[in-house]
Amino acid sequence: MKDIKVLGTGCANCRATVQRIEEAARAKGVEIQLTKVEDMPSIVGYGVMATPGVVVDGKVVHAGGVPRKEVIETWLA
Amino acid sequence: MNAVLSWPVERPKAFLLVAAAVWIALYALLVPASEAIVAVLPVDRDSHLGSALQFFLYDTPKVLLLLTGVVFVMGLVNSYFTPERTRAMLSGRTGGLGNVLAASLGVVTPFCSCSAVPLFIGFVQAGIPLGVTFSFLIAAPMVNEVALALLLGLFGWKIALLYLLLGLAVAIVSGWVIGWLRMEAHLEDWVRDLARAQAGVPAESTTLAQRVQAAFGAVRDIVGRVWPYVIAGIAIGAAIHGYVPEDFMAGLMGREAWWSVPAAVLIGVPMYANAAGIIPIVEALLAKGAALGTVLAFMMSVIALSLPEMVILRKVLKPRLIAVFAGVVATGILIVGYVFNAVL
Repeated sequence: MKDIKVLGTGCANCRATVQRIEEAARAKGVEIQLTKVEDMPSIVGYGVMATPGVVVDGKVVHAGGVPRKEVIETWLA
Repeated sequence: MNAVLSWPVERPKAFLLVAAAVWIALYALLVPASEAIVAVLPVDRDSHLGSALQFFLYDTPKVLLLLTGVVFVMGLVNSYFTPERTRAMLSGRTGGLGNVLAASLGVVTPFCSCSAVPLFIGFVQAGIPLGVTFSFLIAAPMVNEVALALLLGLFGWKIALLYLLLGLAVAIVSGWVIGWLRMEAHLEDWVRDLARAQAGVPAESTTLAQRVQAAFGAVRDIVGRVWPYVIAGIAIGAAIHGYVPEDFMAGLMGREAWWSVPAAVLIGVPMYANAAGIIPIVEALLAKGAALGTVLAFMMSVIALSLPEMVILRKVLKPRLIAVFAGVVATGILIVGYVFNAVL
């Protein structure tokens, strides 16, 4: 199971990112544990400077803007 | 993906050339096309309604075309300036030149106000001086592609250029003043205690094809969100033409009313709107005799300073630093307003 965290304070792009990851995981049949990280000290603790950020299994893979579907699929592979 | 949709990605250089040619051709067609449409309609071209229609039919596609073009080009430019790269360019810079560079990078680095805090912290963690960080943070929202494209389309390149230069000036000087005041002690304690970190995020888009895709994304996102405001603004400009006296606002917001600039800034600061949302108001005010400096000061204060932004920044700044930030920027905008009114 993949552990995916979405970093962001609840802006529209963050919600869209969560939704897109959920959809992609469902479509591929990959089991994921998706958590939202909303408190600022934790977000900056990952070293991202633009939200939404995405952390897969403890590693920052994306920062700033809603990730494209093709990019999300590479995380789930 | 079918062939039509995938060729911009497969042959990005050819696509950019063709797109530029198509864009220029469309732009050149605007006047004849709008005249032709009005000529077909059952209205007299020289009548009031006829000229208003021609204005609307010409201005709407013109502004949307400019907006699309500018947003696309900025989307390409943005892909070269990630926050990480900007931070690397700014680290080690100090006052003066650092403020100039930070404000300029604020224009070309992709920025969303919801990312203001992580970006702020990322800069401070990298040891970038507070004043330099603020120059970036003031310029980034104020001098944005939507504001510039709309000013360009509606009021011409001189006003757009003036807005760009004056916006940069406000950001540079305000950041320099904040740095000079040495306000570092007024950061929230948890921010000051953060370890210095340079954690990087792997760079995503690198090929030209990916940059083109990113630029398409920017157009979809920004133009898709902004076009109703643009049409509303132009419609208001066309509609009030003739119904409200030309000098309706002149007494209230004209050049002679010295208090109009501070009043515009005071009203504008707590307001929150994006550049597109404010354009209908700007169009209406200018058309009715309000002075340009007053209106630009109003627009700058609405875009650059807002209550929601202060609430977000409160997480990292103590109240005194927020007050100084708002005060210094508002003063800068005030000066811009007066200078503009005096010169033009």
